[in-house]
Amino acid sequence: MDIYTILKLIWGGILCLLMIGLALMVGMDMGVGTLLRFVGKDDAERRTMLNIIGPHWDGNQVWFVLGGGAIFAAFPTLYATSFSVFYLVMIMLLFSMILRPVAFEYRSKADSTRWRASWDWTFLISGFLPMFIYGAAFGNILSGVGYHFSWTGQYYQDSSFISYLLNPFVILCGLLSVSLSVYQGGVMLMLRSNDPIYSRARNFSRIAGVLAAFLFAAGGVFICFMQGFMLTEPVNTAMPANPLHGQHVARAAGAWLLNYSAHPVLWLLPVAGLASMICGSALVTLKKTVLAWWCGMSAWIGVIGTVAAAMFPFLMPSTTKPDQSLTLWNSTGSLYGLTCMLIVSTIFIPLIITYTSWCYYVMRGKVSTAEIANDPHSY
Amino acid sequence: MDMIDPTVVELSRFQFALTALYHFMFVPLTLGLTFMLAAMETVYVVTGRKIYKDMAMFWGKLFGINFALGVATGITMEFEFGTNWSMYSRYFGDMFGTPLAIEGLMAFFMESTFVGMMFFGWDRLSKPAHLAITYLVALGSNLSALWILIANASMNVPEGTHFDPETMRLQFDSFVKVVFNPDAQAKFVHTSVAGYVCASLFVMGISSFYLLRKQHRQFAARSFRMAALFGIISTVAVITLGDVLGRMDYEKQPTKIAAIEGLWETSQPPYAPWLLFALPDNEKQTNYLEIGVPYVLTPLITHEFDKPITGMHELQNEAEPHIRSGIEALSALKRYGQTHDQTDLDAFRQHKEDLGFGFLATQFAPGQDVTNISPDEVNKVVEATKPAILPNVFVVFWSFRLMVFLGLSFFLLFAVSAYLSLKKQLERNRWILHLCMWSIPLPVLATEFGWITAEAGRQPWTVFNRLPTFLSSSTHSVTYMAISLAGFALLYSIFIAAELYLMFKFARLGPDEHDTHGTSALSHNAAAPAAH
Ligand code: HDD
Ligand code: HEM
Ligand code: HEM
Repeated sequence: MDIYTILKLIWGGILCLLMIGLALMVGMDMGVGTLLRFVGKDDAERRTMLNIIGPHWDGNQVWFVLGGGAIFAAFPTLYATSFSVFYLVMIMLLFSMILRPVAFEYRSKADSTRWRASWDWTFLISGFLPMFIYGAAFGNILSGVGYHFSWTGQYYQDSSFISYLLNPFVILCGLLSVSLSVYQGGVMLMLRSNDPIYSRARNFSRIAGVLAAFLFAAGGVFICFMQGFMLTEPVNTAMPANPLHGQHVARAAGAWLLNYSAHPVLWLLPVAGLASMICGSALVTLKKTVLAWWCGMSAWIGVIGTVAAAMFPFLMPSTTKPDQSLTLWNSTGSLYGLTCMLIVSTIFIPLIITYTSWCYYVMRGKVSTAEIANDPHSY
Repeated sequence: MDMIDPTVVELSRFQFALTALYHFMFVPLTLGLTFMLAAMETVYVVTGRKIYKDMAMFWGKLFGINFALGVATGITMEFEFGTNWSMYSRYFGDMFGTPLAIEGLMAFFMESTFVGMMFFGWDRLSKPAHLAITYLVALGSNLSALWILIANASMNVPEGTHFDPETMRLQFDSFVKVVFNPDAQAKFVHTSVAGYVCASLFVMGISSFYLLRKQHRQFAARSFRMAALFGIISTVAVITLGDVLGRMDYEKQPTKIAAIEGLWETSQPPYAPWLLFALPDNEKQTNYLEIGVPYVLTPLITHEFDKPITGMHELQNEAEPHIRSGIEALSALKRYGQTHDQTDLDAFRQHKEDLGFGFLATQFAPGQDVTNISPDEVNKVVEATKPAILPNVFVVFWSFRLMVFLGLSFFLLFAVSAYLSLKKQLERNRWILHLCMWSIPLPVLATEFGWITAEAGRQPWTVFNRLPTFLSSSTHSVTYMAISLAGFALLYSIFIAAELYLMFKFARLGPDEHDTHGTSALSHNAAAPAAH
C-alpha cells in the first residue's frame, strides 16, 4: 500500500475516534442537561447536578469543536458538503449547542425563579436536540443524501431538509443517540451524587440502557433491508481527492452488509455494542457505577464502529449522483496536509487526555449541596 | 445549469459579518482579562495579601460572564465555514482547516479544560498550582488568537499553497510558510494587544465607578493602577503594530491600502496628503470633500519619502491582462476536466497564476460562464470585472479612520490616567473617572472597525487574488438564509440582554458584598489593614 492510502485509512480511524470521543464526553453532559428537570426536583438539587459537570463541561465541549475542526482539515470536501446539505438541521444544532455555555454560566447568577426556570428549559433543549440531531445525521448518511457537484467542485442540493428529518429510520437513530447520552449522563450523576439524585438518576439510566439496546437492534434490522451503496469497480485508493471522477457506485438493498459478509469478524462490533448496553443496565441496577461508565463507552464504540464497518469506504453517499458519493478515498486533504495534521495530533491528543483525566481526578468525590452554597463561583 | 444567486452571497456575507463581529465583542476581553487575572493572582501568591485574591475573584466573575458568550459565539464560527462557505471550505480547506484544527487541539482544549479548574479549584489546589492554571488559561486564549490569525492571514496573503488541477483546489504545501507568514505574526500581536487595551479600559472603567461612588476605594484604586499601566504599554504596542500592518498591506494587498487611503490616483511623493476626511464614491470613482494633511501619506505608509503608492485607477488597469489571462485559465481548466488531455493542461499551466481573476469574471458573463464566449463578450466581461477588483472604498476608508482616531485618543486617555493614578490624584480629578467609565465600550468598537477594515478591504476576494467571495458561498435558497439570519438575530439579542443584565448587576454589587459568605468571608477583614 502506498503512503497516501495508509494516511487516508489512519484518518478514517481518527475520524471514528473523534466521533466516539464527542458522543461520549459531550453526550454525557448533554444527558445531564436532558435529565435536569426530571431528576432535580428543586433548585438545590438542580444546582448539585450542574456542579457535578460544572468544572468539565467546557473542556468536554471542545471535543465537539475539534470534531468540526478536524473534519475541516482532514476531510475538507466532507466538511464543506455535509454541513451545507444539512443546512437547516445544522443551524438547529448550532442554535441548541450555543445555548448551553450561556445557560451554565448564567443560570445561577440571578435569584429569580422565572430566570432559573427558563434556563432549565434551555438545558433540556440543548441536551436533547443536539444528541438527537447527531444520531439523526448518521441515519441520514446511511440512507444517502441528495446532492451533486458542478465541474468547479461546488455542491448543489437535490432534496429538502424536511426529508432529512421526517424518516422513521432517521428518527430511530436520533433516539438511540439520545438514549445513550441519557444513560451516560445518569451514570455520571450516580458517580458524584448522593440520594435522592442518585436513585432517580439510576432509574433513568437503567431504562435508557435497555431502550438503547432495543433501538440499536431495531436499527440493525432496518440496515439489513435498506438500500445501501457499493463500489462496482475497484478504485485507485491513492487517487487525488476529487469526487468528480474516478469511481463507479451502485445502490442495492442490503449493500451495507457486504463488508460484514466479507469479514465476519466485524460482527463483533454490533454484538459488543448490544452487550454493553444490556450489561450497562444490569451494572446500574447493581450499583457498579464505575463499570457502568466504561460500558457506556464501549456501547458508543460498538455503535459507531458498526456504522463505520457497514459504510466503509463511504463517508456520505449521494442518492442523486451515486458516482459522486464522498468516500474515504476522494474527500480527504492532500498527502502533505494529512501528514502535518497527523504529527500535530499525535503530540496533542495524548496530552489532552492526560490533563483532562487529571482534572477529573482533582475534582473527584461527591458534590454536596452545602459546598455549592458556599462557593462564589459555583453554577 | 447550476447558477449562483447573488442575493444568497450577500446574505451569507451579512450573516458571517454579523456572527464574526458579534464573536469579537467578547473575544478581546477574554484575551486581556485572563492575563490581568494572572497578574493579580501572581501578586497574591507572592505577597500573600488578600486584597489581590479578592481582585482576582471579582474580576474573574465578570470574566466568566463574558467568557460564556465568547465560547457560545465561537462555536458558530467553527461551523459556519462549512454551513455557509462550502466552496471556500472545499477549495481552501486543505490548508485553512489545519490552523483551525490546531487551534482546537492546542488552545481551546487547554483553555476550556483549565478554566473549569480556575473557577472550581480554589479550595482543591495549592496556591502555586492554581496560579499555574490561571496562566495556562491566559496562554490558551492567546494561543487561540495566534492560530486563528494565522488562518485569517492566509486568506489575506495566501502562502504555502498552490492550485492543483487534479483536485481542483488549493493544496497545502508548506506549514512553515503558513505559520511564519509575517502578516500572521503582525496580526497576532496587533489583535492580542488590542484585547489587552479592551480589558484595561474595562477594569479602569468599573474601578472609576467605585471611586466616583467612594466605594471599595482601596480595591478600586489598585485595580485602576494595574490596568492603567497594562493599558499604556498595550496602546503603544497596538499603534506600533498597526503601522507594521499598514506597511504589509502596502506590499501585499495594494487594493486594500489604496482603499484604506481613498487613493484613486497614484500618489505623488512627497507632497501627497493623508486624508483626514473624504467621502469616497465607488460609482463615480472619486472622493468628495477631501481634507488632507500634505506630506504625511508617503512616509506614513512606505516609511520613505520618495515611493509612490499605486492608486485604484492604475490598479484596475493593471488588472486587465490578469483578467484576460484568467479567463483563458478557466476555459482550459474546464476542458481539461472533461478531456484530461495534456494540451489543455499545458494551456492551463500558462495562465494558472491568474485563475482567480477568471473566477472573478464569471459573475459578469452570460449564464455565469466565461469558458465559451465570443471575443466581443470577453471585452464586455473584462470591462465589467475591472472596477469589481476594488472593495467598498467608503466602508474601508472610514472604518480604518475610526479605528485610528480611537487608537490615538486611547493613548492620551491612558497616559493621563496612568499619570494621575501613580500620583494618587485620581479622586480629585473626577472628570477622568467619568471619562474612563463612559469609554468602556470604545476599544471594543475600535477592534470591530479594525476587522471591518481588514475583511471588507480584502473584498472581492475570500482568498486574496485566488478565490472570489462571489463563488465561495454555499448554494442555499434565500428562504434558508432568511431563517438562519432571523434565528441568529433573535438568539444573539437575547444573549446580549442577559449578559448586560448580569454584568451591570455584578459590577454594581462590587467585590465584597456578594462574597461575604463562604470562602471569601475573610476578605473584608484582610483588606482592612491594607487600607491606609
Ligand atoms: C483596540 C483596538 C485597535 C486599535 C486602537 C487599533 N487597531 Fe488596527 N486592528 C484592530 C484593532 C485595533 C484589530 C481588531 O485587532 C484588527 C482587525 C484585523 C486584525 O488583524 O487586527 C485591526 C486591523 C488593522 C489593519 C488591517 C490589517 C489587515 O489588512 O488585515 C490595519 C492596517 C491597522 N489595524 C492599523 C492600525 C493603526 C495604524 C492603528 C493606530 C492607531 C490601529 N490599527 C489601532
Ligand atoms: C480567522 C478568522 C476569520 C476568517 C477566516 C474570516 C473570514 C471571513 C469570510 C470567509 C468572510 C465572508 C466573505 C466575505 O464577505 O469576505 C468574512 C467576512 C467578514 N468578516 Fe471575517 N473572518 C475572520 C474573522 C473575522 C472576525 C473575528 C471579524 C470581526 C470581528 C470578521 C469580520 C468580518 C466582516 C465584517 C466581514 C464582512 C465583510 C464584507 O462583507 O464586506 N472576520 N470573513
Ligand atoms: C472566524 C474564525 C473563528 C472561529 C472559527 C472561531 C472559533 C471559536 C470557537 C469554536 C470558540 C469556542 C471554544 C470553546 O468551546 O471553548 C471560540 C472562542 C474564542 N475565540 Fe474564536 N473563532 C474565530 C475568530 C476568532 C478570532 C479572530 C480570535 C482572536 C483574535 C478568536 C479568539 C477566541 C477566544 C479568545 C475565544 C474564547 C476562549 C475559548 O473559548 O477558548 N476567535 N472561537
